[in-house]
Amino acid sequence: PLSSRCCAPSGAAPAMNCRAEVLEVSVEGRQVEEAMLAVLHTVLLHRSTGKFHYKKEGTYSIGTVGTQDVDCDFIDFAYVRVSSEELDRALRKAVGEFKDALRSSGSDGMGQISLEFYQKKKSRWPFSDECIPWELWTIKVNVVNLANEQERQICREKVGEKLCEKIINIVEVMNRHEYLPKMPTQSEVDNVFDTSLKDVQPYLYKISYQITDSLGTSVTTTMRRLIKDTLAL
Amino acid sequence: MDTDLSSQDRKDLDKFIKFFALKTVQVIVQARLGEKICTRSSSSPTGSDWFNLAIKDIPEVTHEAKKALAGQLPAVGRSMCVEISLKTSEGDSMELEIWCLEMNEKCDKEIKVSYTVYNRLSLLLKSLLAITRVTPAYRLSRKQGHEYVILYRIYFGEVQLSGLGEGFQTVRVGTVGTPVGTITLSCAYRINLAFMSTRQFERTPPIMGIIIDHFVDRPYPSSSPMHPCNYRAGEDNGAVYPSVEDSQEVCTTSFSTSPPSQCVFTVTKAHFQTPPPVVTDTLKVPVMGLAFSHQLSSSRLSYQPAALGVGSADMGYPVLFAGGLNAAHPHQLIGPGKEGGVPPVPSQPAHGTQADQERMCTPLDGVHYSAATPSSSEDTETVSNSSEGKCGSPHDLLETIFIRKVGAFVNKPINQVTMANLDIPFAMFASKNVELEDNDPMVNPPESPETESPLQGSLHSEGSSGSSTGNTHDDFVMIDFKPAFSKDDILPMDLGTFYREFQNPPQLSSLSIDIGAQSMAEDLDSLPEKLAVHEKNVKEFDAFVETLQ
Repeated sequence: PLSSRCCAPSGAAPAMNCRAEVLEVSVEGRQVEEAMLAVLHTVLLHRSTGKFHYKKEGTYSIGTVGTQDVDCDFIDFAYVRVSSEELDRALRKAVGEFKDALRSSGSDGMGQISLEFYQKKKSRWPFSDECIPWELWTIKVNVVNLANEQERQICREKVGEKLCEKIINIVEVMNRHEYLPKMPTQSEVDNVFDTSLKDVQPYLYKISYQITDSLGTSVTTTMRRLIKDTLAL
Repeated sequence: MDTDLSSQDRKDLDKFIKFFALKTVQVIVQARLGEKICTRSSSSPTGSDWFNLAIKDIPEVTHEAKKALAGQLPAVGRSMCVEISLKTSEGDSMELEIWCLEMNEKCDKEIKVSYTVYNRLSLLLKSLLAITRVTPAYRLSRKQGHEYVILYRIYFGEVQLSGLGEGFQTVRVGTVGTPVGTITLSCAYRINLAFMSTRQFERTPPIMGIIIDHFVDRPYPSSSPMHPCNYRAGEDNGAVYPSVEDSQEVCTTSFSTSPPSQCVFTVTKAHFQTPPPVVTDTLKVPVMGLAFSHQLSSSRLSYQPAALGVGSADMGYPVLFAGGLNAAHPHQLIGPGKEGGVPPVPSQPAHGTQADQERMCTPLDGVHYSAATPSSSEDTETVSNSSEGKCGSPHDLLETIFIRKVGAFVNKPINQVTMANLDIPFAMFASKNVELEDNDPMVNPPESPETESPLQGSLHSEGSSGSSTGNTHDDFVMIDFKPAFSKDDILPMDLGTFYREFQNPPQLSSLSIDIGAQSMAEDLDSLPEKLAVHEKNVKEFDAFVETLQ
């Protein structure tokens, strides 16, 4: 679900009742992937259930969701994700594209990646189905360049600590028990959940990203101004 | 009275809360085992996975939790708490976190029990999974094994946060409203450890000093007010779990053929016999050794409980793998049962066994808690080794540790005297080494070229132990000095000679007073010249400053 054909582009203003959460992180280039995966997986952990099995009379049973620990290589951090290789692959693909876009844009390394949960509302012909977002997570990323190994080591730890804070923030939001789509009947399940995966069932989601344009001022001018200001001559 | 709640709903709710409490404990303890957890998703429901989450049940942990709850459920004023603490190889311990499952009076009568409450409890467990990886204790627990272990303790009743030190922080995992009250799950964690976390615990030598500095109140069992339940687990284990002692008996007999291990176990038996402090309804349990926990109930495996039982005597029930315990415990064993002391045991086992330990520290495949039949992961092969094989490694470990301690730079001869008092086979060897220490070149540089090297003791452990036991009545043992890695071709002298020669180098010339005074005078004289030069160049400096404008 990286690009969805079903409705208005997700860049449009969020619908009413769509709660939006924004997280910001500053990371080194090689940490982008792991940091994004950590956040996205943590959100999806909370927004995935086991596979539904509908039985007679409108009842259903729910499969089991397994979890696993993931250690980051470039960040002093570990997170839990849902045990689903398909889901992991989908997220890695999206994050990989985001990382490549960040790198090749030549910008200051600022961008954002969004995870949107939506519901489909079937419309009559000729109108296409509507996608109504109900939760939007945006992660703003600022890529920094570090000069030496010592700084990188500090960055590893700092980013690890920051991600811990982000996880706590995410859990806080999840704990508010705010709007969640109603559990659907069998005919409606594909309007609420992504049933394409074979082992878990996340809510319908889509991932998109934007790369921020770099600002105008060049580096050298900025540095000269800094020195002047410091010397106050 | 909840007249609104049907009896079926009430029953369901009680069941949900009970299993939620048990699963909470499992998640927390498993997150502190020091290993990565992995469970599989299953699209077809098995009916046994509570809250639709694949969370394994470690039997011993469930047992502890059920014991603590004693048939009750968390209610107002009665919270279920899981205390996570750290215990170093020297015996110091420190509380790291308290996870609290509380109930308050705020009821949500409207909520549907079987559906909404259940799903929210499931969400809360997922949050718990995420949060347990985010507190400082997680990283500490991933690195446990050599210098410290992580223990857990479950208690029910009032929350006791005083052990966390000043400025502890709280993180709320979440809440779920129910018709009988609101369930709250939170964690209070110590923060002044955060700076110690990875760095200090990775460096081994300074650890003694650091630990001692950071423990404001020496958390020693009898004196510490907040740990009425802290205890010399030996006796208590004996009382509560007779099977432990039984298995120890078995172990000791299995070791009858090998003196070093026998001596070790003698030490620990003495260790056990120290009077236990009062223990109430809690049990301090180390989070290590799944294998051991299983054996505890079965007391089948003769070998493992031995080494583990020995260690566990001090700590209760290991939940993680045996190997880790073996690594940690010899330090406690060999420093014999002292009250409040920190035996200067080297915190690193001999190099050869390190690899062993690390292998052994890796966990069993979580699915199989029976050490008798570990199947899938390669790491379990150390467990599945025949008891003989298993005898091998901790045995060697213990033996090596023992000998190295004697040969190493021991500060307190008292230790060794105490060891002798314990009536161990190597007592002679121990006392003899007090004199060895006097001959230690590091302590008293001797004149004679024939010096004993403490290194020698550790490097040629078997050899020296063999030779020294032979000469039990000599004053000291002459050992050929062969330091490791010394090459004759580069510098034709051995380490000891080198050390002695270069021990007292001459003073640096710049530090000697006369020359210092001279150069100072010179400096002062040259100052006017330097100033003149700078004045000449004033224009250049000004130009430079202009460019900055």
